[in-house]
Amino acid sequence: MAKLLQVQNLHTQFMTSAGVVRAVDGVSYDVEEGETVALVGESGCGKSVSALSVMRLVAEPAGRIVSGKILFKGRDLLKLSEVEMRSVRGREIAMVFQEPMTSLNPVLTIGRQLTEGLEIHLGMQPAAAKARAMELLGMVGISDAERRLAQYPHHFSGGMRQRMMIAMALACNPSLILADEPTTALDVTIQAQILELMRDLSRRLGVAMLIITHNLGVVARYADRVNVMYAGRIIERGTAAEIYANPRHPYTLGLLRSVPRLDEPMRAKLDPIEGQPPDLTRLPTGCAFTPRCTYRVERCSETPALEACGDGQHMSACWESTRLAKKVAA
Amino acid sequence: MSEVLLEVNNLVKHFHIRGHATPVRAVDGVSFTIRRGETLGLVGESGCGKTTTGRCILQLERPTSGRIMFEGVDLTTLEHQALRAVRRRVQVIFQDPYSSLNPRMTIGQILAEPLEVHGIVREKAARAERVRELLTQVGLLPQHARRYPHQLSGGQRQRVGIARALAMEPSLIVCDEPVSALDVSIQAQIINLLEDLQERLGLTYLFIAHDLSVVRHISDRVAVMYLGKVVEITDRQRLYEEPLHPYTRALLSAVPIPDPALEARRERTVLRGEVPSPLNPPGGCVFHPRCPIAVDRCAAAVPQLREIKAGHLTACDLA
Repeated sequence: MAKLLQVQNLHTQFMTSAGVVRAVDGVSYDVEEGETVALVGESGCGKSVSALSVMRLVAEPAGRIVSGKILFKGRDLLKLSEVEMRSVRGREIAMVFQEPMTSLNPVLTIGRQLTEGLEIHLGMQPAAAKARAMELLGMVGISDAERRLAQYPHHFSGGMRQRMMIAMALACNPSLILADEPTTALDVTIQAQILELMRDLSRRLGVAMLIITHNLGVVARYADRVNVMYAGRIIERGTAAEIYANPRHPYTLGLLRSVPRLDEPMRAKLDPIEGQPPDLTRLPTGCAFTPRCTYRVERCSETPALEACGDGQHMSACWESTRLAKKVAA
Repeated sequence: MSEVLLEVNNLVKHFHIRGHATPVRAVDGVSFTIRRGETLGLVGESGCGKTTTGRCILQLERPTSGRIMFEGVDLTTLEHQALRAVRRRVQVIFQDPYSSLNPRMTIGQILAEPLEVHGIVREKAARAERVRELLTQVGLLPQHARRYPHQLSGGQRQRVGIARALAMEPSLIVCDEPVSALDVSIQAQIINLLEDLQERLGLTYLFIAHDLSVVRHISDRVAVMYLGKVVEITDRQRLYEEPLHPYTRALLSAVPIPDPALEARRERTVLRGEVPSPLNPPGGCVFHPRCPIAVDRCAAAVPQLREIKAGHLTACDLA
C-alpha cells in the first residue's frame, strides 16, 4: 500500500515561563492509505501536539514546529503557504476532536456547519450542499435529517454531537481523518457505538485514520498499527498484535500490566508504574522513562533510538528490549 | 459477616427545573446496604444518578424521600449539630483533584483546617504532627505540607484528597470516580493505596465509577444503576460471570479489552439509541426502549428489584 502520510523527525516546541517544552521531540511515523494507525500515550506525551502539527494548528507564537517534514501524498505540508494549507484542512485531512461540545459552533445550525465546508471546499450550490448534508447525517446514523439540520448543537446529546463531528469530517471525502480521543468524553455504551461506526465508515469509504488515545483497550480492536509515545518520543511501534502480545518497551509493558482487565482472573494487587510522569521542561538526559523503569541499566543515560527489535515491523527504543522478549514456547 | 454500616432504603431525589412541570428523577427508589469493611461498587453511565446517590449519603443533597441509616441513625432526619458530628464519620474523595483543593492554601493548611474546625486536634504543634502523619500515610513526604496544589501532579493531588478524607477518621468514604481523571499509569497507584488503607484502617467504601474493570478489581459487591434505579446488585464475581440484567450484559460487552486477538473473537452487544432524559423517563422498565430482549409487557409494568438467587438481585422480569 502507498504511504499517505509520512511524519519525519518532527520537533514541536512550546516556549513557557518555565522553559522550553519539547512536546514532540523527534517523532517519525507513517500512515498508509486506508489503514488505521494509533498514537497511544498519557497526557503530555505529545500525541495531540503531533496531530495538531500535521494540521499546522499549533498555537503560535508560544508553539512552534522547529524542524522535520510532514509529507502528505508526497508534498511537505510544512512548506505550504497558509492559503494552500487551508485547502488541505477539512478537504484532504479532516479532524475529529475529543470535546464535541466545544468544537462545534454553538450559534450555527447543524446544517450550516455541515454545508459550509462543502460550499467552500467543493464549490457546491446551497441546494446540493444541503442534500449532501442530509446524506451525511444518514451515514452517521442520525435519523430525521431534515429536522436535525435546522437544530443547534445544544439540541444534540454528546453521542449525537460526536456523530455530527464525524459527518463533518467525512463531508469532503478526505483521505485521512485525525481523531483525537474521539470517544473519551462519551459513556461506555456510546463509545462502542461511535467506534464501530468509525470503523465501518473507514472501511467502506477507504479513509485512513490516525486515532489518538490514552486507552490501550480502544486501540486493540480498531488499530492496524500502534505507536506508543512517552515524553515526546515514540518508544515502541508495531502491529497491534505485536504490541499487545509481546511488548518490548518497559513503559508499554507497565501500562498493560497496570490496568485491571475484565478477561483476566482477579488480582490481589495491581502493578502500577511507580513515580510520576516527567516534567517536560526538565527531562533527564537519555531515556526519559529511566527514573520509573524497573529494567534500567547504566546505558540508559544515553538516548536509545527506535530500532527493529524482532520480526516484522516491531520496533522499540530501549537498550534492554531483548530482555523483554518472550521466550518462544518449545 | 460484619454488621451493616449503611442502609439506603428507597432513596428518591428529584430536582425541580424552572419551566418544567415534571422534575428530573435523578434517583428514583434506590436501596442497598454496605457492611463494615466492605467496598460496594456503584456503576452506571453519566446521568444514571450514581453521584447524586453519593451526595445524598453525604447529606450534600437532602433526599426527596427515603431513609439513609448510618451506624443506626437516619441521616435524613438529622439537623445542624447532630449532622455535623456524623459528617466526620462519612467522608468523600472527589473525582477531580484539580478543582477540589483550594489553590490558595498549602497542602498543610488544607489538611490542618478540618482538624481545627472539628476540634479533633486542638493544639497547633500536634496538628502539624498529625498532618505529617497523614501525608506519610498516603505516600507523600512531610515536606509536601509546604507546597501548593499547583506544585503537585494529578496523582499527588489525589493523595492529598485522600489524606483530607482520612483526617476525620471516618468509617465510610464515598469515593466518587477517584481515579478517572488520572493518567493510566497513576490509576493503579491510587487504587492500591485505597486498598492498603482499607485493610489498615478498616474503612468501608462506596466506590462510584463508570469503569467496570476498575470496579471489578476493587469491589466486594457491585450495584448497577440506570436512569435513577438500581437494575442489578450482587457480589462482583457473579456480576461479571453471570450478569442477569440485559443492561449489565451490554455494559460489560462494551468494555474494550487490550488484546487484539481476543477482541477479534468477541461479540459485542452494541445498544441502540441513547439514555433517555430523566426529565421524562420511559414508562414500564426504564431500559425497555434500548433493551435487546424487551417484550410487550416491559413497556407496561415497572419491574421490581427481586432476588433471583441468594444475594443476586435484578430488576428484570425476563431474568
